[in-house]
Amino acid sequence: MRLLTHNMLSSNIKGVANGFPLRIEVEKVVEKKVDLNADFLRNIFPKIEWKAFAEAARTLGYAELPEDADSSFLDSDDFLDKFHHALLELHLEEGALICPETGRRFPVNKGIPNMLLHEDEV
Amino acid sequence: MSFRTAQIRLVSSHREVYEPCDDSFALVDALLSDRNNLIEHHPTLCMEVGSGSGYIITSLALMLGQEASGVHYIATDINPHAVRVTRETLEAHGVHSELITTDIASGLEKRLAGLVDVMVVNPPYVPTPEDEVGREGIASAWAGGENGRIVIDKILPIADNLLSDKGWLYVVTLTANNPSEICLQMRQKGYAARIVVQRSTEEESLHVIKFWRDFDTQVDLKEMAATNKTVPARVMESLVSQFPLSAFWRSGPQ
Ligand SMILES: C[S@@+](CC[C@H](N)C(=O)[O-])C[C@H]1O[C@@H](n2cnc3c(N)ncnc32)[C@H](O)[C@@H]1O
Repeated sequence: MRLLTHNMLSSNIKGVANGFPLRIEVEKVVEKKVDLNADFLRNIFPKIEWKAFAEAARTLGYAELPEDADSSFLDSDDFLDKFHHALLELHLEEGALICPETGRRFPVNKGIPNMLLHEDEV
Repeated sequence: MSFRTAQIRLVSSHREVYEPCDDSFALVDALLSDRNNLIEHHPTLCMEVGSGSGYIITSLALMLGQEASGVHYIATDINPHAVRVTRETLEAHGVHSELITTDIASGLEKRLAGLVDVMVVNPPYVPTPEDEVGREGIASAWAGGENGRIVIDKILPIADNLLSDKGWLYVVTLTANNPSEICLQMRQKGYAARIVVQRSTEEESLHVIKFWRDFDTQVDLKEMAATNKTVPARVMESLVSQFPLSAFWRSGPQ
């Protein structure tokens, strides 16, 4: 699971008001290089919740992202490289996502988060 | 360029995962026949709901390209075995999609709303007793409850929420699902529809329908609301001309 996906996921348990961002429990992170597409990064940037993203990257062991970012940062190649790396090249391979409100644990195995709920959570 | 989806190999299978079948082939054929439009569409995010073996999402990724082209993929399935097989199929073909085991798109509704440019769905559409729907295992691959519509009717409003303004949705349906009624329902949400592929086998007649947000439809809807009239005549005509079993493919910019 990439951090792009983590940034789009919320806890889906019934009655949870603030299910975002899910906390990350890390067992294993893998890095896979992919080509950088600056247009994609510029288009997706406004959709990213930056604080949650930077925090998630730190949890995965990558501390190079600034605390805050605005669209003027996108002019910097150095920033784009870091943004690209954290968004698309880091994968949570094994671990879990934790609902920030209830503490419910959603396991991540082989890079796949399991968001299925029990009957009493739907 | 030789086209590679014809060579999708099933590297992995599992007795509880749906193997690509006529419906899967019809959906890939629909995407292939719309390939030039899809490329010009420049989607950023493509999504499959119910990816099963991964045949469709892998084909789409091979067709439209990956990160370098700025195209990203996400696929879900309610069956954890299916999601694992999807991953293996993607990997065997050197492509990547993000994967989530979930009910339709549960967990994504808030943050992914309005971001999906292309959604593809080959849903469980077979009419069955209601209690077979969503059971664990292979039955959930086809069981669609009354008229085969239970899961489809859950997916449509979720798709509407996730699709971007320029979003396209491709859905496989069976005649028993009453596809013209599905189109009318989508029309009420402001979507136009076109049959991309229509195919009859001995047992069933499949349609792959493409939906897109349509300005004219939205104007019609406003008129309807203002004049309190029902569906305008020309809308009905265009729908009736397409169903049922019509071999007539409307040509158009979409
Ligand atoms: C007809 S199969 C299609 C599989 C594959 N996409 C293909 O075309 O070969 C339907 C798939 O939808 C999945 N499915 C059924 N209900 C679902 C739901 N509520 N949410 C997500 N996936 C679901 C099934 O597990 C199955 O893999």
